[in-house]
Amino acid sequence: MRKISARAITEAIYQAIRKISFEPDPDVTRLLKEAQNNESSPLARDALSIILENHRLSPTLQIPLCQDTGSTILFAEIGIEACLAEPLSHSLNRAIIRAQQEIPLRASIVQDPLFPRVNTGDNSPGIVHITQVEGDGLRLTIGQKGGGAENTSFLKMFTPAAGANDIVEYITAKVLAAHSRPCPPLILGIGIGGNFETAPLLAKRALFEKLGRPHPDPQYRALEEQITEGINAAGCGVQGLGGNHTVLATHILSEPCHIASLPVAVNVQCHAHRHITVEVSRETN
Amino acid sequence: MKQINLTLPYHPESFADFTPGTKVLLNGVVYTARDMAHKRILQLIEDKKELPFDLQETAIFHCGPSPARPGAICGAIGPTTSSRMCPYIPALVDAGLRVIIGKGNIDQSYQNYMTIHGAIFLVAIGGASAVLSQHVVSCETFLWSDLGAEAVYRMELRDFPCYIPL
Repeated sequence: MRKISARAITEAIYQAIRKISFEPDPDVTRLLKEAQNNESSPLARDALSIILENHRLSPTLQIPLCQDTGSTILFAEIGIEACLAEPLSHSLNRAIIRAQQEIPLRASIVQDPLFPRVNTGDNSPGIVHITQVEGDGLRLTIGQKGGGAENTSFLKMFTPAAGANDIVEYITAKVLAAHSRPCPPLILGIGIGGNFETAPLLAKRALFEKLGRPHPDPQYRALEEQITEGINAAGCGVQGLGGNHTVLATHILSEPCHIASLPVAVNVQCHAHRHITVEVSRETN
Repeated sequence: MKQINLTLPYHPESFADFTPGTKVLLNGVVYTARDMAHKRILQLIEDKKELPFDLQETAIFHCGPSPARPGAICGAIGPTTSSRMCPYIPALVDAGLRVIIGKGNIDQSYQNYMTIHGAIFLVAIGGASAVLSQHVVSCETFLWSDLGAEAVYRMELRDFPCYIPL
């Protein structure tokens, strides 16, 4: 059994949050540059050049990539031979509070959604999902998610009568209806299968796939391409300014589901795609 | 791409060519407001109380900045989704507001209301906060500091890039 200290975990999360607040995902930068080279709208090209300039300036000036420094999401893979000194949510919340104060990040969380909507003031609490795996490792995938894009995410419980084309049509219509509200160009994370609670989780996990990786299954790969191309052909474009780049990448994850069900969830991600995966190694313990 | 300079205050009777797709470099003093600040401003209007700033002379920026580091003018600056603030638009336009800065599209009926009254909506780029912060000359909490990021901030902008939406 390997013991992992609370300090090591909190420090790893804090450093991860710090990094993604300022440093863009190099894959997003690459896709944005490709988009700029192929962009048909002069307006969208102008917007893309400002976004790419932001990728350069944010780490230099240490000003967050986006003022919506988001809610903090943690996907943890915990080895069955690893023993954590405290519940992971405690370590996460301490890291979030420190990040909010020291970086500083925006406090964007309210204590209750309705009664009343009072800001917690320190950007806590974060959201934790835990998976058990073999071994004694601790692997943390951390995301910062803005509200605008999350608000346009969606779920539909299809039935097996639906075909791939119905799903493509539905997703295309929903993403286009959101227009420029989620801050395109977008990354779409799609979860197909599972059930009512796991399809959205899959969709969020799909956002953390290596950006632009083609799906290993050619049928899903074709679906990803159809969705990206169909939406891009409709002309919403970068920030709604027209052109042919509303979506940078679409990633699908699937899992088994009930014989009566076909859940489809889509997590919409803005171009300020802030995420990282870190291992809490023995050295940092 | 056409580009114009706009210095606040903007009055619709003054000439300006706001063809959709025009890039606008905005100068002048604006006030930020998100969901909560809009609720409070609307309450003041309903109660027929004096507003804390003259809507005719400025613009409302749908923005909740991140905190500034010590010594910095401001933190991360950028627009939030304007469609959430649509229900408040008619009352604000009636009270004199003529310029709104935000992101995303405004629902057609509200866009029509703005157009009838000569008000304009400017789209700023989301997720370009470090760049946009370089166009902020001053930034201070102006009102309702209890709201944190949702407070009203007074900002002076210089050549702040935005667009007339398509």
